[in-house]
Amino acid sequence: MTKSELVADLTGKLPHLTTRDVDFAVNLMLDAIAEALTRGDRVEIRGFGSFSLNYRPARQGRNPKTGEQVEVPAKHVPHFKAGKELRERVQEAAEAAARDQRLRQAA
Amino acid sequence: MTLTKAELADLLFEKVGLNKREAKDMVEAFFEEIRNALERGEGVKLSGFGNFQLRDKPQRPGRNPKTGEEIPITARRVVTFHASQKLKAEVEQSYDGKQS
Repeated sequence: MTKSELVADLTGKLPHLTTRDVDFAVNLMLDAIAEALTRGDRVEIRGFGSFSLNYRPARQGRNPKTGEQVEVPAKHVPHFKAGKELRERVQEAAEAAARDQRLRQAA
Repeated sequence: MTLTKAELADLLFEKVGLNKREAKDMVEAFFEEIRNALERGEGVKLSGFGNFQLRDKPQRPGRNPKTGEEIPITARRVVTFHASQKLKAEVEQSYDGKQS
């Protein structure tokens, strides 16, 4: 699913809003999450998951073209951890799908 | 500080002109859309932000760390997130390693 598909779906469920409003709102939310991370803040969405930063220490890297050794500086990278509800729903749906497939094969 | 659904709803209230109820519903509906897609087994690509993907992990041997007893860790489907180049670059450039 892409962002525009998500916006279209969401607009269908919120009949008082236009596609433009929903698109604007979705971008606002994603930008707010991104901005929080650039400040070093955590983002916690109950039932969905949390975004935070993980530290990557400096390391010796190599330029793949020249083979030259380069120092890769320490940095922070965005990290997502799925929340309990999301984890359980995805897992249960996957198990149900696997069960269906076994039943179909047996039939 | 931690960003939560309440702050996102406030933002929609201020900048989109939704009332408080609508703003709260919109935030909830947005994350529910992503959850639904992942539940259907579909990844979600949010350009400029990142991709939510699914990984199927086979069963593997595990151990109860307390008793040392061997118990298999069952097969599972997990959600992973890959930040876009844009988001990674923004974090690398603006975050100085200190908590705000």
